[in-house]
Amino acid sequence: MSRASIFSRIDANLATILIGAAILWFAPAGLKSYGLYVISFWLVMSIAAMGLNLTLGYAGLKSLAQAAFLGIGAYATALITAKGGIAGATWSWPLAFVVSGTLTFLAGVVLGFPALRVKFHYLAFVTLAFATLMFLIFRNEQWLTGGVYGFSNIPRPTLFGAKLNNDLAFFRFVLIVSVLLSLAMWWMLRSPWGRAFQALRENPLRAASLGVNLRNYTLLAFAIGSAYGGLAGALYAPLVEFIDPAPFAVSASFVLLLTVVVGGQGYFLGPFLGAAFSYVLPEVLRFTGGLYLLVYAAMVLILLLISPQGIIGIVEKFRERRRQKDAQDQRDASKAMLGA
Amino acid sequence: MNVHATPMPVTPPATVLKVEGLKKHFGGIKAVDGVSFHVNEGEILGIIGPNGCGKSTLFNCILGQLQPTEGAVELDGEAITGLFPAELNRRGVSRTFQLLQVFPNLTVRENLILAGQEHQGSMMSRLFGPKDAGLSAEAEKMIGFFNLGHLAETKAGGLSYGQQKLLDAAMAFMAGPRLVLLDEPAGGVNLTMLASLKDRLEAINREQGATFVVIEHNMDFVMSLCTRVIVMAEGKVLATGTPAEIRANPAVIEAYLGH
Repeated sequence: MSRASIFSRIDANLATILIGAAILWFAPAGLKSYGLYVISFWLVMSIAAMGLNLTLGYAGLKSLAQAAFLGIGAYATALITAKGGIAGATWSWPLAFVVSGTLTFLAGVVLGFPALRVKFHYLAFVTLAFATLMFLIFRNEQWLTGGVYGFSNIPRPTLFGAKLNNDLAFFRFVLIVSVLLSLAMWWMLRSPWGRAFQALRENPLRAASLGVNLRNYTLLAFAIGSAYGGLAGALYAPLVEFIDPAPFAVSASFVLLLTVVVGGQGYFLGPFLGAAFSYVLPEVLRFTGGLYLLVYAAMVLILLLISPQGIIGIVEKFRERRRQKDAQDQRDASKAMLGA
Repeated sequence: MNVHATPMPVTPPATVLKVEGLKKHFGGIKAVDGVSFHVNEGEILGIIGPNGCGKSTLFNCILGQLQPTEGAVELDGEAITGLFPAELNRRGVSRTFQLLQVFPNLTVRENLILAGQEHQGSMMSRLFGPKDAGLSAEAEKMIGFFNLGHLAETKAGGLSYGQQKLLDAAMAFMAGPRLVLLDEPAGGVNLTMLASLKDRLEAINREQGATFVVIEHNMDFVMSLCTRVIVMAEGKVLATGTPAEIRANPAVIEAYLGH
C-alpha cells in the first residue's frame, strides 16, 4: 500500500485532535499559572468558536450572537456553582454544564426560527438584536446577574472529591472537556448531518429538492452551535472566576466572528487556529505596547488578503499544490515508462 | 411487432402524475393558464415551447416551489398540490434544475450520498448511523453508470460543465425515484456528452422503470428521447402527441417560427 493511501484512511481531523490533546496534556508542565490561564482560555474560546463555525461556517447562517450564548452559559454556571453551589460541591458544576448547554440549545432553537424566514445580513441583524438584548439583561438585571459588578468567587469544579484549585489540574480538566466536545462535533460533522449542513450553506433550494428538511437542519445548526457557546461558558466562569457583562458584549460576538473567519470557516480545525489568533496572539503582542492594536489589525488585513479562507486556507493551498505536483509526477513517470 | 399474436388483454398503464387545470398568475401575468396533462408509468414525456411559455413555472408549481393559483396535482391518485419540495422528494418525486445545481464543495461521491441520505431512517439514525448512510454501494453504482469513476473523490466544483450535468442527473436518480422532472438536461452540453446523457436516461428508464418529464429546447434530443410530447405556448397546452405528430403539426410550427 502506498504512503498516500495509508494516510488517506486516517481522518486528519481526528488524528489532530488526539495528537494535539496528548501534546497539550504534557506540554504545560513547566508553565506558570499565567501561561496555563492563556492556553485554558484559548481552549474555552475555541469551543465557543467551534459552535459558531457550525452555524456560520458549515450551515452558512450568519449569526452575531455567540458571545451572548457564552454569557448565558457563564452566568448560569455562576448562579449554580457560587456560594457553595445549589447541588453541593461535587454536583453543582456538572449540573451547571448541563443547564448551560440546555438553556443555550433552547435559545438557539428560538433564534433559529427567524433564520427560516430571513437570510444573510438580515439574519445577522436579528441575531445582533438578540446579542444586544442579552447584554442589557446581563448589565441591568442586577437581582439576577449582579449588574456591572457581576459575580466574583466562582469556584473551580470539584472532581472525585478534590477541588481543581491547582491551575495545571484545572487546565487538564478543561482539556478533557474540550476534547470530548471536539470529538462529538467531529462525529456529527462526518455523519450525514454534516453533509446536510453544508448543503444548506451551498444551495438550500437544491437541498430541499433532494429531501433535506431545511427547517430541522437550520434549527439544529443554530441550536447546537449556540449550545457549544453555552458549554464554553460553563468552562469560562470557573476559569476566570469572576464574570461581568463586558466580555459578553456585542463587540465580543464580533471577535468570535473574526475568530471563525480568520481560522477558516467551514474547516473543522479552523476555530482552534482562529482562537489562537484572536486570544493568544494579543498576549504575545503585548511587547509592542501602544502599537498592539495597529499591529494586530494589520496582521488580520494581510492574512485575509492572502487567504480569504483563513489560516487553514493557506494550509489547504499548500496541500492542493502538493496533490497537483504528485499527480504531475505520476503522469511524468508513466510517460517515461511508455517512452522507454 | 408480431401481428399474428392473439391480442393481449390490454390493461391501461397506471397514471403516475396527473395535472388538472393548473394556473399560476403573477399579478396580471398568466404564466401558466389552465394546463392539464397526465404522465403514464414508464413514460418519457417531453414538454417543449418557446422561452417564457411557462414550462419552468409549471415545473415549480408541480414540485411545490411555487403555490399554484388554481388547479390540482396528483401523484399515483393522491393529491400533492402545494406540498413542500422536501416532502415531495421523499415521496419519490425528484428533479433537476434548469441552471446547474450541484454542491461545489462536496465531492462527487458526497453529492450522490447527500441526494439519497434523507430518504431513509430518522434524523437520529442519520446522526448515529454510518457516515455514508449505507449508500456507498448505490453511489458507486451511479458513479459507474454515469462514467464518473475517475472523478469520485473530486469536488463537484472542479468538474467540467458537462460532467456536472451528468452528476446533476445522477443525483436525481439516487433514491430510486418514481417520477423525475428534468428541466433542460441538455442545455449547454456538448454533443458527445449529450449522446451519453441520452443513452443513460434511456437505460435508467428501461432498467428502473422510472417515469420522466423532460423540459428541453434541443429538438433532436426531445424527439429521439421522448415517447410523447406536449407543446406549450403562452401558458397553455398547444398540442399533445407523439414526436412524429408534433413535428407535422402546423400550429406548433407556427408557434416556434412566429407569425
